[in-house]
Amino acid sequence: MDWVKANPKTVLTGAHFIDGNHAACEGAIAAGANFAAGYPITPSTEVVERFAARAPLVGATFLQMEDELASSIAILGAAWGGAKSFTVTSGPGFSLMMEHVGLAAMTETPAVFVNVQRGGPSTGLPTLPAQADMMQARWGSHGDYEVIALSPNSPQECFDLMIDAFNLAEQYRNPVFFMMDESVGHMTEKVVIPSADKIDLFPRRYTSLTPSEYLPYKPGSAGIPEMARLGQGYRFHVTGLTHDVRGYPAINAQAQQELMDRLMGKIRDNAGKIARTKEHLLEDAGIVLVAYGITSRVALRAVQMAREENIPAGLLRPVVVWPFPEKRIRELADRAKAFIVVEMNYGQIVNEVERLVADCAKTVLVPHAGGAVHRPEAILDVIREVAKWA
Amino acid sequence: MTARREIRIAGFGGQGVILAGMVIGRAATIFDSMHVTLTQSFGPEARGSAASVSLIVSPEPVLYPYLTDLDILVAMSEEAYTRFVPDLKPHGMLLFEEDLVNFDPPHEAIHAFGIPATRFAEELGHKVVLNMVMVGFLTGVTGLVAPEAVRRSIADSVPKGTESLNTAAFDKGFEYAISQRPATLQQ
Repeated sequence: MDWVKANPKTVLTGAHFIDGNHAACEGAIAAGANFAAGYPITPSTEVVERFAARAPLVGATFLQMEDELASSIAILGAAWGGAKSFTVTSGPGFSLMMEHVGLAAMTETPAVFVNVQRGGPSTGLPTLPAQADMMQARWGSHGDYEVIALSPNSPQECFDLMIDAFNLAEQYRNPVFFMMDESVGHMTEKVVIPSADKIDLFPRRYTSLTPSEYLPYKPGSAGIPEMARLGQGYRFHVTGLTHDVRGYPAINAQAQQELMDRLMGKIRDNAGKIARTKEHLLEDAGIVLVAYGITSRVALRAVQMAREENIPAGLLRPVVVWPFPEKRIRELADRAKAFIVVEMNYGQIVNEVERLVADCAKTVLVPHAGGAVHRPEAILDVIREVAKWA
Repeated sequence: MTARREIRIAGFGGQGVILAGMVIGRAATIFDSMHVTLTQSFGPEARGSAASVSLIVSPEPVLYPYLTDLDILVAMSEEAYTRFVPDLKPHGMLLFEEDLVNFDPPHEAIHAFGIPATRFAEELGHKVVLNMVMVGFLTGVTGLVAPEAVRRSIADSVPKGTESLNTAAFDKGFEYAISQRPATLQQ
């Protein structure tokens, strides 16, 4: 596929002083999003509030829906109708959307689900941060499926990574999660939006076959089927049932195996390409901190403080959390003595790290109940303890 | 380039507290070369009459985004003053609306600077610009951001048609700071 440039009429090129939620909205618009449906919920409201205001200016549509079930399926319908679509939610709304996450995976619908995480469970802490939905993003719907999830740690990244989120959704025809947290969503910082000719977009995979030749779920290049421009004579059936290449329900073990192998494989086989990390001071690090989102910034501060005490700590930050950077963690486990996972929950990503480093290194969790971010001093205390034996 | 500073601007709803913070933050990071992280309270405490905005202005990227060691408090109401002045670190700077705050320092090591910002704003034509008087005062007293950067930020931040009134308010506060500062520092 040939990448295309963003539409200059929609890109607010320049330096802005905006919060993460507003930046995420501009990232979506720059990525070509022309449809959003949502049921606004704190602390994510500003994303759709801005989109609703910007939509008439950029030729987009915003629908305020009756709830999150409707929001999450409206964006799938919009995608099939030709739109680039997304929805935005938090905590309780994310739970309600899980049904349609599975439908998006099964029907290979490109769509972005934004979750500005707040404290939970249930209605929890509407105005305060948490990172406790990371496993829900991975496993929240029933059945086997693979997801892609990105975790920005600044308003600038809310813009930059949102473009990647839409590109990955199109590239792999898969639901993509944009896992923010209240801190990142509500903090205001400088956000530089480049000119449209510096923004590369992955276009929708449309078939070039005629309606009579076209098979909706026949894998094209990279094992990913192509979509049809509906309304132009193509026949199509979108179903959550296991289906054959024609899109017809096929309720048998062989069809299930063929479909699932391809659905899982298109992400798993490309996990090395999709996974992405940012690393700080890892060259000589015997102690590797792992943190994502807002927590990665606070953890980096703790790493700096540890270095001032000559403790060889470094930070590995998954920018793409799902698929998890398994290869990189295993490489580091060969020479690191300990991994310290810092996350605003009672232990989610730590299980991934523990599984991967197994016998090579020890894994320590620095949990937080949410409602506030870790204090760097608290993380430093754990680093000091670990340094005694690592 | 100045050192890292933590600033809180607080008052009551309607005084333009958030806009004051946005003007300073935008000035420091868009029209000057500092790193700035601005946060505001979104919880139940943000409802009602109190308004507050926090800024970290630093030559280095800001990692921990919240206040831990308050350098500068701008208090535009009595409630804001009593609530936040205990957070001010020793030798921190207090800037206050002297007609609205009953100044009673918790300890002597605070550098305090008062200004009748609301009265100045009313003299300029509208008390709504008292926030820009305070922004000018903050700029003059602390040297946190270059005044030219703040003027550009104001022009970029306030509603169209109000730029000259807001800039006049900034100039009033800034000039008052320059005229008062040496005398106050000698105390």
